[in-house]
Amino acid sequence: MLLAVLLLMLAGCGGRSTSPGSQSGGQNSSVEISFYYPVAVGGPLTKLIEDMAAQFTKENPDIVVKPVFSGNYADTLTKVQTLIQGGQTPDVAVLLSTDVYTLVDSDAIIPLTDLINADPDGTSYIADFFPAFMANSRIGDTVYGIPFQRSMIVMYYNKELLSQAGFSEPPRNWDELVAAGKAITKPDAGIWGIKIPSDGYPYWMAQVFAIQSGRNLMNDDGTEVYFNSPENLQGVSFMRDLIFTHKVMPEGVISWASTPTDFISGKVGMIYHSSGSLTNITNSANFPFGVAFLPAGPKGYGAPTGGGNFYIFKGIGEAKQQAAWKFIRFMTEPERLAQWSLDTGYVAPRQASWDTQLMKDAVAKDPNYGVARDQLQYARAELSVHNNPQVYKIYNDQIQAIVNGQKGVPEALEEAQRQAEAVLAPFGR
Amino acid sequence: MLAPALVLLLVFTIYPMFAAGYMSLFQINMATRQQMVWAGFANYQQLFASPLFRQVMKNTFVFAFGTVPFSIGLAMYLAVQLNRRFRGSALFRTIFFYPTVIPMMSAATIWLFMYTPQYGVVNRLLVLFGFGELNLLGNSATALPAIMLMTVWKDAGYFMLFYLAGLQNLPAELYEAAELDGASPWAQFRRLTLPLLMPTTLFVTTVSLINSFKTVDQLFLMTAGGPNNATNLLLYHLYEQAFSFYDRGVAAALTVILVVILMILAIIQNQWVDKRIHYN
Repeated sequence: MLLAVLLLMLAGCGGRSTSPGSQSGGQNSSVEISFYYPVAVGGPLTKLIEDMAAQFTKENPDIVVKPVFSGNYADTLTKVQTLIQGGQTPDVAVLLSTDVYTLVDSDAIIPLTDLINADPDGTSYIADFFPAFMANSRIGDTVYGIPFQRSMIVMYYNKELLSQAGFSEPPRNWDELVAAGKAITKPDAGIWGIKIPSDGYPYWMAQVFAIQSGRNLMNDDGTEVYFNSPENLQGVSFMRDLIFTHKVMPEGVISWASTPTDFISGKVGMIYHSSGSLTNITNSANFPFGVAFLPAGPKGYGAPTGGGNFYIFKGIGEAKQQAAWKFIRFMTEPERLAQWSLDTGYVAPRQASWDTQLMKDAVAKDPNYGVARDQLQYARAELSVHNNPQVYKIYNDQIQAIVNGQKGVPEALEEAQRQAEAVLAPFGR
Repeated sequence: MLAPALVLLLVFTIYPMFAAGYMSLFQINMATRQQMVWAGFANYQQLFASPLFRQVMKNTFVFAFGTVPFSIGLAMYLAVQLNRRFRGSALFRTIFFYPTVIPMMSAATIWLFMYTPQYGVVNRLLVLFGFGELNLLGNSATALPAIMLMTVWKDAGYFMLFYLAGLQNLPAELYEAAELDGASPWAQFRRLTLPLLMPTTLFVTTVSLINSFKTVDQLFLMTAGGPNNATNLLLYHLYEQAFSFYDRGVAAALTVILVVILMILAIIQNQWVDKRIHYN
C-alpha cells in the first residue's frame, strides 16, 4: 500500500510539470504568464501588485498574469533559478538590476532589443527612463531589464533632534555630518547621531562613500573592481571614523531592518536608508522629519542606485514573451509608476511619471518625495559585475570586519580586492 | 513487506547520496557556465585550502560541542527537578517544553527581537543590572554564543522529555535503599541517577550532535552567517554555495562532507554506544 501511495505521489509530480498554458480550458487564445516578484521594503506591497495584475487582465482578457510573491530579492532569484533548473521556467520576474550579469551568464533571460524595436514608440520609451537607472539595465548597449521599483540611498533626518542640537538645516557635507552627529549623540539616553546599516546590503551603503570620493567600484563591463583604490580607501575610512573616531555611530553590525524602526522611535538622529522606506516612515513617525541628499564627500554628492528591474525569461515561447512584454509596458506606464512610487516610496524611474498631475500634487504636498529624484543627477550605477553574489559576499564580509573593529581599512580593502580578482579572473578579457 | 521502505530509502536517501558524490567530482558552476567539467578532487582541494571553509568547520564544531553539553546538562537538571509531583510541576513542564513545540523560525524571530540593541529585552536587562549595552548579534565575538544560547533554550525541553521518561523507569527501591543508607541527594544523583540514565544520555548526545550539524534555520533569519562569517555553519555555507553562488560542484562536495560526518556519528551511536549500555 505504501508503494501505491508513492506511485500516486510520483504521478502527481509528473502532472504538475506540464506548462500551465496548455491546461487552461475555456478561451483558446488565453495565455497565462507567471510573475515572480520580491518585496523588499515595508508596506502592503503584495496587495498592490495583485491589484495591478488583476487590472491588467481586465484590460487584456486574453492574458492572465499569476503573481507569485517570492520573499526578498535573494529569495526571488533563488526561486527563479531553481525553477529554471527544474524545467518550469518562469515568464517574467522582478529581480535586482544588478542580477543582470548572473542572469545573462546562466543564459536565463532574453535581450529586449527586438521587443523594443517592434514597438512604434520603443526608442522614446527607453529614452524616457533616467540614465542613472538604465546604467544597471544594460550590458554594453543591449538592454536586458526595464526599471520598475528603483531606489537610491537617501538620508532621513529627525528635525526635532537636529534642532535640539542646534542645527536648523540637515548637514550638507561630511564635516557637517560629523558635527551634527556629535551634537545629537547622547550615549546615556541611548540616542545615536547616525546609523548606516551594515547587514543585508553592506556593499551598497559603503558604495556611497566610494562615489562621493570620486571613483565608482567597478568598470562598465563588469570584469574589474576597484576596492583598493585610493578613493575607496578615503571613503571607507570616513565611514569607519564615524564609528571609532567620532563615535557618532554604534560599533558592530547595524541591522538593516531595525534602522528605520530605531529612527521612528527617536533613537537616532540621521539614517542612511533606501528611498523605498519613505512611505513606511511617513506613516509611522510622529515627529517632523525630512529627507535630504546624502552629505557630500570630497568630490561632491553621490549615491548608488538600487532596486529591481523587469526581466523576461528565455525558452518560454514567442506568445508568452509578447504577453510578458505587454505586461511590462502596462506596469511601466507613467501614471502607474507614479502611483506605485507614491504607494511605496520607490523612485519612479521615468521622466514622464514626474510630469503627471498625480506626482506633481504629491511632491507639492510633501517635498520629501521629490528629494530622491533631485539626487538622481548625482547617482551612479550600483556595484554589478560577473559572478556578482560571490563578489558581494567578499566585499560584505570585509565591510562587516571593518565595522566590527576586526580589521583596519587598508588591510580589509586589499583582501577584498585580492579575493574579488580571483573570482573575476575567468571573465577577464 | 520491506519493498516500499526500500524504495523510499533508495529514492530519497541512497540515490541522492551517490548523485552528490558523483557531482562533487565535477566543476559545475552556473556563474561561469561550466557544465560537468571533470575535476577529480579539485573541489575538495579548493575547500580544504579555503580559509572560509576552515572557519565554517571551526564554527560548526564550536557550535556542536558547545551546545550539546549545555542542552543535555540543563535537560537533566530540569528533568530531575520536575520528576517529583509537586504543585505546579505540570505547569513547569509545559513551560520548559514549549520552546520545542514552536517552529525554529518563530523562536528565531522572538530571539532576534530580544537581542535587538537598545530596546531588545536582553539589552534592557543588561542595562538594568548596570552593564553597558551590547549589540550581541552584530559583534563577531558574541554572535555565535548568542545563537548557541538560543539553541540551548530551544532544545533543552525536548531532551528533558527523554530524561523524564528515563527517570520514570528507575526502580524506586534503589532510592529507598539509598535513603536508608543515609546518602545525600547529591550522592544519590551521582551514584544512582547518572549511571542509570546512561542509555538516555548517550542517545540524547548523539541526537543532539547530529541536530547541531544540521543547524541552519535561525541563521537565515538572525545573522545571515555574519558578521563576517562568525555564525557561518556548514549547512548554511552549503546553501550559499548552491543557491547564491550557483557553484554546484562545490556544494556537492560540501554535501558529501556533511553526510560523512553524520554517518560517522550515527555509526558511533549504533556500534559503540549501544554496546556500552547496561540494560536491566
